[in-house]
Amino acid sequence: MHDRIKFLQGNEACVEGALTAGASFYAGYPITPSSEIAELASIRLPAVGGVFIQMEDEIASMAALVGASMAGAKAFTATSGPGFSLMQENIGLAIMTEAPCVIINVQRSGPSTGLATKPAQADVMQARWGTHGDHAIIVLSPASVQECYELMIQAFNFAEEFRTPVIFLSDEIVGHMREKVILRDDIPIVNRKFPKVDPPEYRPYQPGEDGVPPLAYFGSDYIFHASSSMHDETGYPNNVPDNAEKVIKRLYKKIYDHRDEIIITKEYETEDAEIILVSFGASARSAREAVYILRESGYKAGLLQLNTLWPFPDEKVRQLADRAKFMVVPEMNLGQIISEVKRVVEARIPVYGVNKVNGEIITPYEILGKIKEVF
Amino acid sequence: MKKKFQISVVGKRCKKCGICVAFCPKKVLKMEINSVPVAERLEECIGCNWCYLRCPEIAIFVKEKEVV
Amino acid sequence: MGRTIFDYIIEERLPFFWCEGCGNGIIIKAIAQAFADLDLDPKKIVIVTGIGCWGKADDYLATNSLHVTHGRALAAATGVKAANPELKVLALMGDGDGITIGGNHFIHAARRNMDITAIISNNFNYGMTGGQYSGTTPEASVTSTSRYGAVETPFDVCRLAQAAGAPYVARATVYHVNLLEKYITTAIAKKGFSVVDVINVCPTYYGRLNRMKSAVEMMEWLKISSTTNLSEGNIAENRFAIGEFVNEDRPDFTEKYREIQRIAREDMTKLEEDLGGR
Repeated sequence: MHDRIKFLQGNEACVEGALTAGASFYAGYPITPSSEIAELASIRLPAVGGVFIQMEDEIASMAALVGASMAGAKAFTATSGPGFSLMQENIGLAIMTEAPCVIINVQRSGPSTGLATKPAQADVMQARWGTHGDHAIIVLSPASVQECYELMIQAFNFAEEFRTPVIFLSDEIVGHMREKVILRDDIPIVNRKFPKVDPPEYRPYQPGEDGVPPLAYFGSDYIFHASSSMHDETGYPNNVPDNAEKVIKRLYKKIYDHRDEIIITKEYETEDAEIILVSFGASARSAREAVYILRESGYKAGLLQLNTLWPFPDEKVRQLADRAKFMVVPEMNLGQIISEVKRVVEARIPVYGVNKVNGEIITPYEILGKIKEVF
Repeated sequence: MKKKFQISVVGKRCKKCGICVAFCPKKVLKMEINSVPVAERLEECIGCNWCYLRCPEIAIFVKEKEVV
Repeated sequence: MGRTIFDYIIEERLPFFWCEGCGNGIIIKAIAQAFADLDLDPKKIVIVTGIGCWGKADDYLATNSLHVTHGRALAAATGVKAANPELKVLALMGDGDGITIGGNHFIHAARRNMDITAIISNNFNYGMTGGQYSGTTPEASVTSTSRYGAVETPFDVCRLAQAAGAPYVARATVYHVNLLEKYITTAIAKKGFSVVDVINVCPTYYGRLNRMKSAVEMMEWLKISSTTNLSEGNIAENRFAIGEFVNEDRPDFTEKYREIQRIAREDMTKLEEDLGGR
């Protein structure tokens, strides 16, 4: 399959990325502004022998994802704020059963029904802590249609590599805009590790050295049990305190020990930058334009764009903070990523937010306005 | 020749709920307080297997005795 | 080689953790017997459970199993079946797990006619959490959250499944063990969504709070309260109609969706030809 160049919507590029990654199952529920993903999945998946099911609600969708994943499928769904809230308990189920899957949240303006067709970026903390209990999670964020395609492949690869749900945190702007996209097929595809031991010896939660257990599938020669209850390496319930601590820490470390691999960022003109913008998603586009304008007017500005929101790129932010005079964090919420930036910067330099919650994109000029105010 | 049956009880599994004793059509089984059921009138057993089928613990089995 | 129940039940895991006299052990034995009679390969069976007393059944089964969140077994089972249609998928749920919190998934799985067998252990309350009433609790029943008698009208699981379109719906009780085994075997063998509502005893809570302090008394109650005249059944007044409510043959979701896959594949190849591979 040679490279194919298309003019696609972000939502459409997500489906193309999923298919390239080998997705074969979608269970979801319609919700603006993500429904185009479901619509395209319902056409493309059956054509490749896959299955699209519209479930009765998002709770069911997320449960079906875990079921399909355990039966061997690369599974994904797409939703927005209200549906994402309903999915939380079963995202926890995916974490506990270590079921690889991808959950796309095309963010819209909340809370509750909110401005259903308008963009926002206020689900950042929910993406991290939405489901209860101690856990780690991988959250990726696209800022262009090309990134919707490429980062989606990456999302599936991380899900498979670390046997975990991956949250793909898009937003209405990136989701609905159209751009040229190159549907590359040269990105390596990762598949879950299949067990090598004899079936009777298979322990579905016996980790390899990377902390990730191999995963068979229902119907293979390996019979196995997966459970939402705390379990030991056999998968069967085990409430011994030491076991609980061991499992919870393993689930956390299997992500955080590999954060260097998981953390993806892009930098624009940060080498000598004194003003560092830190942003993600749609806001990063305006931030990049602001950097361009500032550079034109002789200011040393640069952008750190976060493609991985969680685990948070502490190291990168820390390095840039050593060189910068101050940082600016544009995000379409009242300040969420900024709290992580401040945590890392530890007040060595000022960190200012550019926040907007009226359902409209932050413009480059609003960012410049903030910088003029403080600089 | 009337068939003969053997009844075996898995003591460590039996929770002494008394269902087998109460619903045996031939009143074969008897249970003392805090003891597992015993086939007191084994000769009356007709091998209907209802005790096995209704035992919640899979703790009672009926086998046809080989008449030698 | 004749299979036995211990090809499916892990004997060294016994005794069951369920209370003395609880009928869950009777149901799980009937299921294992059905698997043996149908000579099913444990590798191709997937038991999906939710949370509750009956939700622990898969701890004792030597098949694949997936223990999910409360009320969501059928939704997870839908994913399992759709992703790998050759699997024999069962959802073991209580009246709370499967019909009350899980009610929405129950009616949709039936409407969608997923090839899944739902075996409901219906003991009229939430046993694991201490005997609260559920969506099937008969009126006036005393439970730990209806000390003055339940005021709500319960679902009749079979009527509900029938109305939602399930092609196989039956009810038995843990007293009527031969019928129980027959309907479970039929349900498992059946293509499409099959439901067996199993009226069960709960001596520890439902029995004790409703003047039936022993399993034996509860079994007596099942014996006298059941009727094989389906039209006479009235769950609300402890009249249990046992038998087969529905037994039809209709294409299930997987069969119909295979046709969609064929059409979509043709459509896609035609599209690519038109584009000349561009």
